[in-house]
Amino acid sequence: MTLLRVDDLCLSIGSLPILKSLRFQIEAGQVFGVVGESGSGKSMTALALMGLQPGGSVVSGVADLKDRETRNLLALPEDAMCQIRGAEIGMIFQEPMTALNPVQTIGAQVAETLIIHGRATKSQAMVIAREKLNRVGLPAKEFPLDRYPHELSGGQRQRVCIALAIALRPKLLIADEPTTALDVTTQAQILDLLKSLVAEEGMALMLITHDLAVVSGIADQVAVMQHGEIVEAGATADVFREMRHPYTRQLFEASSHVPKRTQRAQDEPLLEVLNATRTYVLPRTGLFSRPPPFKAVNDVSFTLNKGENLGLVGESGCGKSTLTRAILGLEALQAGEIRLFGQKVTPFMPNALRSGVQVVFQDPYGSFNPRWKVARLVAEPFHLRDHVPPEWRTEVADALISVGMQASDMDKYIHEFSGGQRQRIAIARALILRPDLIVLDEAVSALDVSIRAQILDLLADLSDRFDLSYLFISHDLSVVRAIADRVLVMKAGEIVETGRTEDVFANPRHPYTRQLIAATPKLIVGKAG
Amino acid sequence: MLRFATTRLISLTLSLLAASIVIFAVIEVIPGDPASFMLGLNAEPDTVAALRDQLGLGGSVVTRYLNWVGGMLTGDFGTSYTYRVPVTELILARVWVSLPLAIFALILSTAIAFPVGLIAASYRGKVADLGIMSVTQLGIAVPNFWFAMILVLIFAIKIRWFSAGGFPGWDQGVFVAMKSLTLPAIALALPQASILARIMRSSVLDTLDQDYIRTARAKGLTRSQSITRHALRNAMIPVLTIIGMQFSFLMAGAIIIENVFFLPGLGRLIFQGITQRDLVVVESVVMLLVFAVITVTFVVDIAYAAVDPRLRKRG
Amino acid sequence: MKLPKTLVLGGAIFAVFLLAALASFLWTPYDVQTLTISAKLKTPSAVFWFGTDHFGRDIFSMIMVGARTSIAVAIVAVGIGITLGVPLGLWAASNHGSWLDEVIMRGNDLVFAFPSLVIAILITAVFGPSALNAIIAIGIFNIPVFARISRGGALSIWTLDYILAARVAGKSRFRISLEHILPNIANLLIVQGTIQFSLGILAEAALSYVGLGAQPPTPSWGRMLADSQTLISFAPHLALFPGMAIVLTVLGLNLMGDGLRDILDPKIRRSRE
Repeated sequence: MTLLRVDDLCLSIGSLPILKSLRFQIEAGQVFGVVGESGSGKSMTALALMGLQPGGSVVSGVADLKDRETRNLLALPEDAMCQIRGAEIGMIFQEPMTALNPVQTIGAQVAETLIIHGRATKSQAMVIAREKLNRVGLPAKEFPLDRYPHELSGGQRQRVCIALAIALRPKLLIADEPTTALDVTTQAQILDLLKSLVAEEGMALMLITHDLAVVSGIADQVAVMQHGEIVEAGATADVFREMRHPYTRQLFEASSHVPKRTQRAQDEPLLEVLNATRTYVLPRTGLFSRPPPFKAVNDVSFTLNKGENLGLVGESGCGKSTLTRAILGLEALQAGEIRLFGQKVTPFMPNALRSGVQVVFQDPYGSFNPRWKVARLVAEPFHLRDHVPPEWRTEVADALISVGMQASDMDKYIHEFSGGQRQRIAIARALILRPDLIVLDEAVSALDVSIRAQILDLLADLSDRFDLSYLFISHDLSVVRAIADRVLVMKAGEIVETGRTEDVFANPRHPYTRQLIAATPKLIVGKAG
Repeated sequence: MLRFATTRLISLTLSLLAASIVIFAVIEVIPGDPASFMLGLNAEPDTVAALRDQLGLGGSVVTRYLNWVGGMLTGDFGTSYTYRVPVTELILARVWVSLPLAIFALILSTAIAFPVGLIAASYRGKVADLGIMSVTQLGIAVPNFWFAMILVLIFAIKIRWFSAGGFPGWDQGVFVAMKSLTLPAIALALPQASILARIMRSSVLDTLDQDYIRTARAKGLTRSQSITRHALRNAMIPVLTIIGMQFSFLMAGAIIIENVFFLPGLGRLIFQGITQRDLVVVESVVMLLVFAVITVTFVVDIAYAAVDPRLRKRG
Repeated sequence: MKLPKTLVLGGAIFAVFLLAALASFLWTPYDVQTLTISAKLKTPSAVFWFGTDHFGRDIFSMIMVGARTSIAVAIVAVGIGITLGVPLGLWAASNHGSWLDEVIMRGNDLVFAFPSLVIAILITAVFGPSALNAIIAIGIFNIPVFARISRGGALSIWTLDYILAARVAGKSRFRISLEHILPNIANLLIVQGTIQFSLGILAEAALSYVGLGAQPPTPSWGRMLADSQTLISFAPHLALFPGMAIVLTVLGLNLMGDGLRDILDPKIRRSRE
């Protein structure tokens, strides 16, 4: 039975068309996946269906919600839409950390859905809220109704969001990138919860994501969006098997892209980390009590050889960032030591040593001073030299060209570039001193898959051309698998497993590695039928 | 929550201690002897010596500081040189004008600003919003003492609804006393209400951009329900800070406004103290004002924790 | 780029008073030091545009010279706030979490506990009333304002990756504060500067009104209002014109501040779209 039939859905803001004549159907009790890169209009589609599109946008078309009667969501007045939101259609969003009201208890926020629709008195609503929180895996013992959002983790908050969205057993749940902000293991749990809700409550799920693998594992039907249009749609297995539209194929290839590299690892250590320990002082718990120390990095040892690509995998809070900062000589260790070319890395190390290691960060938007031109940005590491070379602009131009940019980009400001281009400029900045080692701290995590594939190719090419070694830090196993020779798995400040990449992925020894690999969504290419 | 309050209480005490040292030090750095300073250059040495004894200037700096602070803790602010009476007596007689005036003005300013700011936020970009924003823009620019003079001109001199100044005392009845504080309170409150209303508006608008408002809308709340049920309490957090700071402006403003209306409050006392070089009075009243401001900041901090559960856990 | 209307209007209003203040050095319609008792308390006319006071001095001329006092006091006070407050704030931010940060911020809180008027009272009680002491009192109060805003702005920038990149390039905290932080908080400082400027004008007026600011014979708007108080019932123009001068100057500056914020602060700009 068709629950929602969308026909000729168009949305424009001013003269700019955002959604172009979308057509799709969502069947009752099924999972409908929407896949696309950023700017494809997938989130806007969901907001338009909810009547929550930004002010000033013009929506046209038909979105018939079939229930006892058929109603066109796009033509309903605001007060009628208020009746539908939360009751007939629930919705959850990407960022669970900010999606809940910080000054209200979780119980009150779940109960509000019931109260606002007049389905329950306050005390009844609290009872139902309790049931719903139990249902989403937040049992009463650890999660009483009077907990506040800040006392919960991201995954737990997303569960609360799900509870309040399903409190009235809506026919359709729209989930807009519900797991993108979460760690892989948490993502797997949330996806399992969503799957079981669809199966047990007979609810339809519209799952919006950029991740093909997530969709392939859960969706019955899928629509691929690009530039505000649906370029391909159908049963998930068929779409992924046939890939009739070139964009679908491109997305698919980019998602599982492995750049070509030559093996150059030598037996000569470049970076040695020996029993490194970094302790932080936590905020005091009592007025006069001593705060407990927190070991962000605990007795970590490894060696990175010349020419090697070493991957470091771990979830958020595992200590990767602290370790990175110590390797870059920005923070001191409490115990152990780090050696680069056999010399000790400290916050006070000589500039010559410092110029042997450079870094590329995750966020292409926060990585550059917005008031500087590209030339000055890329040239900043020259500060490590005693004298800035007189031909520094030529060197900047060379670096830009080697990362696929143009010499003329030097005199532009950073806001003139896209995320992918900015990441190239960041690589140019890391290259300018011709270091031996580049630390890539989640360097491709914020990028769309097709851009990510290009940057990975670029990194592979550069490492061959300039004889670079990479320390590749990421939470994303598939990326590490594609580029690293060896891999380290980090958990709670400790390295739990080390080995050649193929060995670790094929034959993980530590339970945590196994758990990580199991949780990572796999791109399933459908079989015939 | 208890720990939060305790930490704040300790920080309150430290601030008061630091403030008292600063005030004491400033009075101490006066070139020459405070006693000769108070009496002027032509004073007889005998008179200066007598005053020095009276002021307790005999001991070391530390002893004098401890005497001063110790005295204040027991309610003894010293003896005024010009009035020849304990300063405590002078303050007690006048604090019952200044304090009610500041509180009256604070209540008035809050009572006006909250609804006005909320209306402006709800009708963002519409005529009501633009009108409120223009009026408050003007309100911020008006000096309160000038506004007070204009109020006197209109309501006391031209249409004679209120008296132009003076204070009959609380023994004349609450109504009569409050009536004589009404014009001063309005003069104090309206410029402050303009600031507060604008902050209320922008705070509500900021809150409406937050993700949890979108969650609330997805639950089926109307726009106005999402304001009253979710935005308001969050928007109160920055507004509370401003209310706390406004109290300090109102105390200072009250000192000036008392001059316009010839009210026998702390302001009159402190200015008389300055003109008559009665440092004991100046020192004590300044300490009292600072005490009031720091205490209000403490109360606001506690109120914060009541509004924001995230703060209760912290130290 | 199209300038916001508020900036143009506010700038124009303020420019009138700034020009009047500058012009008063060269020329005023009448001399403000000469007392002409025969021409006292004249109502506004073609001869005396804004009338005369009880000493027969021309109100229009006095407002011109008063603009000089007000603007000078406010500018210097903002200058004190910026030159001392901004380095303190940047210093605190670059040592975030250390005892230094704590000491600077607690010191700020302490100054905040003294309203500027109370600081002025203390200073006046010790050194006697003067325009200079008014400047110091308002200036001291400005220091924590600028320290706080620079520290807040700087802290949010210190968390960004380009700061880490600069540290990887071996730059010191001082150099990073100067090269990366300061240019990026300049917007905040300019906007706050106009706000403090207008608050400075109000504070100067209040201090001179209670006799703690510029001393006679230097004309100042607050002093003029104080003098007009006893005469207000039969010569309201004495109170009206100086008051209007204060209101318009402050209004002009506030409008300028709003306009500048629209141009300079991308966060506000986005939320207005």
